[in-house]
Amino acid sequence: MIETRGVSKRYGDTLVVDDVSLSIPKGGFTSIIGPNGAGKSTLLSMISRLTPMNAGSVVVDGMDVTRTPGNVLARRLSILRQDNQTSLRLSVRDLVAFGRFPHSGGRLTAEDLRHVDEAMEYLQLHEYRDRPIDELSGGQRQRAYVAMVMCQDTDYVLLDEPLNNIDMRFAVDMMQLLRRAADEKGKTVVVVLHDINFASCYSDHIIAMRRGRPVYQGAPEQIIRDEVLRDLYEMDIRVHEVNGQRICVYFRMG
Amino acid sequence: MVLTLWRQPAVRVLLLAIAAVLCVLGFMTINVQTDWAFILQHRGSRLLALLLAASAIGLSTVLFQTITHSRLLTPALMGFDVLFVLVNTLVLLIFGGAELAGWPSSLRVGLQMLLMVGLALLLFRLLFSGSVRSLHLMILLGMLAGMLFRELSELGARVLDPSEFGISSGVRQASFSRVNTELLAVSAVALTLGGLLLLRWRRYLDVLSLGRDIAVNLGVAHGRVVLGIMAVVAIMVSVATVLVGPTLFFGLLIANLAYWITGTQRHRWTLPASVLAGIICLVGGQVLLEQLLASTLPLALVIELAGGLLFIALLLRGVRQ
Repeated sequence: MIETRGVSKRYGDTLVVDDVSLSIPKGGFTSIIGPNGAGKSTLLSMISRLTPMNAGSVVVDGMDVTRTPGNVLARRLSILRQDNQTSLRLSVRDLVAFGRFPHSGGRLTAEDLRHVDEAMEYLQLHEYRDRPIDELSGGQRQRAYVAMVMCQDTDYVLLDEPLNNIDMRFAVDMMQLLRRAADEKGKTVVVVLHDINFASCYSDHIIAMRRGRPVYQGAPEQIIRDEVLRDLYEMDIRVHEVNGQRICVYFRMG
Repeated sequence: MVLTLWRQPAVRVLLLAIAAVLCVLGFMTINVQTDWAFILQHRGSRLLALLLAASAIGLSTVLFQTITHSRLLTPALMGFDVLFVLVNTLVLLIFGGAELAGWPSSLRVGLQMLLMVGLALLLFRLLFSGSVRSLHLMILLGMLAGMLFRELSELGARVLDPSEFGISSGVRQASFSRVNTELLAVSAVALTLGGLLLLRWRRYLDVLSLGRDIAVNLGVAHGRVVLGIMAVVAIMVSVATVLVGPTLFFGLLIANLAYWITGTQRHRWTLPASVLAGIICLVGGQVLLEQLLASTLPLALVIELAGGLLFIALLLRGVRQ
């Protein structure tokens, strides 16, 4: 379980994350949604100790993230942010293999190689295996980075906007894959998402944030509702049930 | 077959090593007419100084570029070489030349290096704490820092009396032909020490080049490791400046040659390649200019010109991207 206790982050005069105390259950797929500037990404990066917090603490399975040694935490929790290095002269396979660094410290064992191959398989990267990542398209590169965190094989996998820069087909593939990681491997997947329809169709649990605070939490049926979304995004959103999935329509109103 | 071999970084580094050995052999043997024993000793100590300087500059530049995630920023461009010149003048000012003349030179240089590591870490934290985001602003700040340190050490030098000035002026101009062979031993020891420190962090280097966030995700104690590597960079910059004086673009030139030749960002290849490229430029360049062309053109000038052109090319390419 991930627990945040009174976590705050301030940039200058603005409070980006405001005294957030919440818990994310172990197992399953949790999405964090909300309008721009709600503090979703900042919260995720404080949970994963990438950004220092001004107040509060974060505990993952009993470990305080700011006090636990980095390499211990790196075997339990992985994080992928949006903007990653794009100009590296490094093959896809070498990048994916870095995911094993917390386990083997740079010297790959047979076990590590198995994880690398499995992650490449999982993200359909085999044909790009030896391609340098600076020659890949945005979507291919994104998949290579996701393969790296999958290969890290942690109980908790945190992703900030993993669907950015990738087309519909790969977006669906990516969500299926993350869903499978939760279902088949028992991983806890926490994702910041902009597309509320993806959040609606794939999540077990949704956290909705606005102005630095979580304002709604619950199962998709409780969050993906006209009145909740209207309040959250301050716009007219209609939820329709299509083939058993709750789909939000907001593109053209009136 | 030949093509796949050629693609291997190991093969490319091996070819570089062969070229470097040829340069060294040329340096030691071409145009030896008279007393072999004398020439070997004279050229030998100069050669050693050049080898040490090439290693120090190559390693420190590649390491610095790894921790700053840039192929453009180098310790020299950010003013670290001139910072050592300033430290040198400061130590003379504070302790006085007469006092220091009694000290063994290794003790003086050791003290300077210690001071250099402290100041370099301070400057590094000031510049790279994340408040400066623009690369161009960073380069500008580095140049300004360099100018400031240069002016300050000029000022210091004017306060010194002429004999003390003599001690300090040796390290103020880059020169690859008049190298400081007197401090070879202390430089070699410092470089070895830096190398040993580096061994501790060698596994982290490739991970660091993936960027801070990914390095932290993979469990690297980022802040501590980066400062440690910066300390190694400071030691190596000191060694290079003691031996050949402050350079400006030489590091940029050999680091980028190393990336280009090896075609990878793996430090196990780029670090040795940068050292070998440095040896080829310094020792080979010396042979070419002095022995084969019998030119009086200073090698430092030629190398800085080439490095300066590369800097402009990289800057323009960066602007277009």
